[in-house]
Amino acid sequence: MSLGKRLSALFKGDDEDDPQRELEVSYDRQVALLQQTRRGAADVATSRKRLELQLRQLEARADVLHAEAVTLVGAGDDDRARVLLTRHAGLLAQIAELGPQEAQLRTAQEQLEVSVQRLEVKVEAFRSQKDALSAGYTAAEAQARTTTALAGVDEELGDAGFALQRARDRTEAMQAKAQALDELTALGAESPGDAALRRLQELSGGGVDAELARLKDARPLPGPLPTKELS
Amino acid sequence: MIVRIMGEGQLELPDSALDDLNAFDRLAELAVDADNESAFAAALVALHDAVRARGVVLAGDVLAPSDVVLPPVGSTVADVRALFDGDGMVPG
Repeated sequence: MSLGKRLSALFKGDDEDDPQRELEVSYDRQVALLQQTRRGAADVATSRKRLELQLRQLEARADVLHAEAVTLVGAGDDDRARVLLTRHAGLLAQIAELGPQEAQLRTAQEQLEVSVQRLEVKVEAFRSQKDALSAGYTAAEAQARTTTALAGVDEELGDAGFALQRARDRTEAMQAKAQALDELTALGAESPGDAALRRLQELSGGGVDAELARLKDARPLPGPLPTKELS
Repeated sequence: MIVRIMGEGQLELPDSALDDLNAFDRLAELAVDADNESAFAAALVALHDAVRARGVVLAGDVLAPSDVVLPPVGSTVADVRALFDGDGMVPG
């Protein structure tokens, strides 16, 4: 079976003997899917906004931790600076994971919005064709036009349904990933234990030591506390 | 003939474009057979581009089924296996 036929079959209802009835049933299905797609687009937008907010908060916390670490290095407290830099590294790891997810959700949202617009035009075209068919055509003409219109609109519904399913899958994958990141969030918490800090230091792959060394090199001696530096 | 790029919409192409599309489709099929994701991604982009270059966008209010339906950009080999029975995406 061709993809077009399979796409149509996805949203094709039971065959009706009465063409007019068939048109009405199809129209109801179109309106229902249009509403579902609108809701889907709104849901993805909500998830994306939540994720975006989460990212901004993580970035802000990372900046604060780094600034505090710079202050501690200036004061000569390398041990406490290392703890803060380790938590900072944990936050950066989270940000690196979540950033691409946000971009993917943005794409999914845009695609669904386009899908909604296309479907709106098709459903409206179908509605006027359905109403026109009610009058003025011979049975054979009406049957031929009905068949084409139904096949065309079923394919459009199949495409929109596929886009909706794809967006839902992506949102679920993102939520699963965000949950998996809870481990890292816990590691970056206010008072992580020694084990958590060791794990974060491993995850950063020597990044914490390198950053501490860099901050110590940059430390003006003697002098005022260094200003916050963002890299 | 009418070609749908899933997620984008339908275009109308002259029937003479079918041979060209089949050439691109064979590349995509080879990539699927070889499980080569990057080759498949490139072949799909080339196929979409070929359709856009040879066709004009069908008016949004036209209700007609497509002769060819192409999977959306970003599809993987596994996506396409689920959508097709392995006879290529373009008939003929």
